[in-house]
Amino acid sequence: MPNKTFFWFFLPTGLAMILFIGLPIISTGIQSFYAQHDQVVKEVKKCDPFGCTVSIVVDQEATSILRDEKPLGKFNGFGTYIDRNHLAIEQISDFWKETDSFGEFINQVTNLPFYKALLFTLTYCLFVTPNVLLLGFIIALSLNAISRKIRGPLIFGTILPMIVTPLVGSLVLFWMIDAEGIIGANLQLMMEDPYLSLKSSRTLTWITIIIYGIWHHSPFAFVVFYAALQTVPQEPVEAAIIDGASRYQRIRHIVLPHIYPVVTFVALISLMDNFRVFEPIIGFSAEGSAQSLSWLIYDNLVNEEVILFGSAAATSMMTIIGIAILLAPVLIRTWKEFRTAR
Amino acid sequence: MEYGLDKRSNALKTFNTTFIIIWLLIACFPFIWTFWGSFKVRADFFSRADWWYAISAFNTLLETGGQFTSKAYSEAWSEGEFWKASRNTIIVTVFVVSISLFLGTLGAYALSRSTERYAFWILIAALIFRAMPHITLVSGYLFPFFELQIWGILPTTIVVLVAINQPFTLWLLYSFFKTVPKELDESALIDGCSYFQAFRYIIMPVMWPGVITAGLFSLMLAYNDFTVTALLLNQENHTMVPKIQSYLGTNQHEGNLMWAVSAVVSATAPLFMLVMFFQRQVISGLTTGAVKG
Repeated sequence: MPNKTFFWFFLPTGLAMILFIGLPIISTGIQSFYAQHDQVVKEVKKCDPFGCTVSIVVDQEATSILRDEKPLGKFNGFGTYIDRNHLAIEQISDFWKETDSFGEFINQVTNLPFYKALLFTLTYCLFVTPNVLLLGFIIALSLNAISRKIRGPLIFGTILPMIVTPLVGSLVLFWMIDAEGIIGANLQLMMEDPYLSLKSSRTLTWITIIIYGIWHHSPFAFVVFYAALQTVPQEPVEAAIIDGASRYQRIRHIVLPHIYPVVTFVALISLMDNFRVFEPIIGFSAEGSAQSLSWLIYDNLVNEEVILFGSAAATSMMTIIGIAILLAPVLIRTWKEFRTAR
Repeated sequence: MEYGLDKRSNALKTFNTTFIIIWLLIACFPFIWTFWGSFKVRADFFSRADWWYAISAFNTLLETGGQFTSKAYSEAWSEGEFWKASRNTIIVTVFVVSISLFLGTLGAYALSRSTERYAFWILIAALIFRAMPHITLVSGYLFPFFELQIWGILPTTIVVLVAINQPFTLWLLYSFFKTVPKELDESALIDGCSYFQAFRYIIMPVMWPGVITAGLFSLMLAYNDFTVTALLLNQENHTMVPKIQSYLGTNQHEGNLMWAVSAVVSATAPLFMLVMFFQRQVISGLTTGAVKG
């Protein structure tokens, strides 16, 4: 296709992506170097029959004028990146000097908002992704062995957790698991602990959200693996059976190598999606004990008094860097393949 | 996959069936339970006294005189203004799906027929854009949108959702158009058609299977979105998912949990229907690209 025709065909979608994905990333980058204005204060002299007092009050008028003039805020450089709510360089070096043991140091650092969120996000990715792959694969194998006639409805049932939005999915589970729900109440009975509840412990909350993640993402892995299983050639499998390979050996040495590229694809997509975990935290109302990077940004953006654009943007930039690190191996591999293909 | 030689032992068959049944219970029961519970009163579905009330409908009988009540639904739809939210969702979904298919088919067709190097880089860029967490993009939008005073209205959200949706649509349709033989439109070109005519008369009639799949995914994205709609729309224009969240209540004001339950059921039911009808397309959409690898 000639370049000119390509240009006109691609222009609308390209424009949409540049304007609403490319530019926002740049806009986020710029915003991250600014911080909201401090409030302008003025001294007010108040005199009454007993004498004069000087008090400091916020000059609302001047503050709003300043805000209107420079809506972006004041230039802050990398200030937002290294403040207490983000990388917290100062605090960390203080902790390093003050704390005695390494464990205590780690403990202190992971109490800082950014590191706390990073720890949760990584833990979530680390536990959810492999389990999603495993569970998805087992379900695919096992549905594949069921008679073709009843497979349709079974597949429909299997993909339900995936097609609802994460907020709804987590709410539906939360209403069951909460102390007043069917599972929560029964757990209390079984454990004989009337105070047992999701919110009572950080570990329990984390486990619940991770279980939710596996529940929500496994159907995706299942669908892809299931489709891949249909393409496994029959001859090697039959040859292996004749040679006396066990079921496990057949899966390990024939099926798995065949679907290996698909496994990396699923792992990548699932890692990308897990890294932005956010809605379940709202669905499970778990803000108290589990916060993710995306949730931090959301929290800054829905701030009641002043929207913390700078803070949200700084966290966003660091999230994007995180995504870049995750994607780098894939991009490098694709580039190499592309070069050899030419 | 029926292996002619493969004989499964009975134990394995039983194990397999049990596993599938357990998994289906885990996957589906929460939805069935929520559906059941949405016809009860709050004191039953979220019972402090005894969870069995949710089944025996103890308080529902006391309060309404029947085993089931649709009070939550009627209240959420009228008082809770869920009708408005669902109307907004319909508007957003219809526009997002049609616009993103229009842009996506043109772009993806061009990508699939181009042999230039930049086509590859555009696809890679789309993959990177696909990986961007939506909330980071939203943090980029908010400030300029406030300044331009286009925050809070439906058209802005529609355009944003279309853009966010483009990378995935492009990839999906790109792999679909790759399966449409090149000779088809090339012969039209030789006969003197322009590229646009070839697209209009040769490609358009055969592209519907791919377009339906891509449309379903755009629809699911627009319908399910929370991040963008919650932050870019004002209270008045909220779609269903942010509306459900507002029923949950915050520290400042108490929500109405039963409204949320009935709203969840109302929002999920159409989606399930749709997937039931188009199951084959959903599955083929998820696997294109993946299986061909």
